[in-house]
Amino acid sequence: MDAKQLYEQLKKFQESKGYYFNDDMEMTMALMESLLENKKRFGYMACPCRLANGDYENDKDILCPCVYREEDVKEYGACFCGLYVSKEWNEGKIEKQVVPERRPPDKIIF
Amino acid sequence: MSKDISIYALSTCIHCKNAKKYLDECGVEYNCVFVDKLEGDERKQTIEAVKKHNPAVSFPTIVIGDDVVVGFNKDKIDKALG
Repeated sequence: MDAKQLYEQLKKFQESKGYYFNDDMEMTMALMESLLENKKRFGYMACPCRLANGDYENDKDILCPCVYREEDVKEYGACFCGLYVSKEWNEGKIEKQVVPERRPPDKIIF
Repeated sequence: MSKDISIYALSTCIHCKNAKKYLDECGVEYNCVFVDKLEGDERKQTIEAVKKHNPAVSFPTIVIGDDVVVGFNKDKIDKALG
């Protein structure tokens, strides 16, 4: 699968749930590539913007779409990565700001 | 005198890529560590170092002299660069 196919595959389903891809396509397609890269590295699509532990059980919360997306999109209009956004965010009705990390740091195992 | 600049990043993270690009545009020199590429003790020590600067251990964490900028925030980077 390539980035474009992944994009098309996810788009329909996620939009039906009210989550839209960031309309900055340069950014969104780069994130598609990174998701495919992580799929190759770990066997699952871990969030590209977080430090994955490398084992499925310990990274369950950051499988894209991560469990933090709902709260982040509700509060900031965008997820931590900026991949998934609300319609209003894409329309410029919400201020674009850095989304703070919601994942507890102790989820990183080392 | 120019400040020491380090960026702790992930190789797959778009905000890290954008932050690096911005630092390049600013024409400053910096040291970049891709934490996801590290293993074993090096990974552990680096995470500890990031935690000291940014307890959330999120990326990018950019250390500019005595200032720490968490996430790609141009205004904060500009301010820290002085």
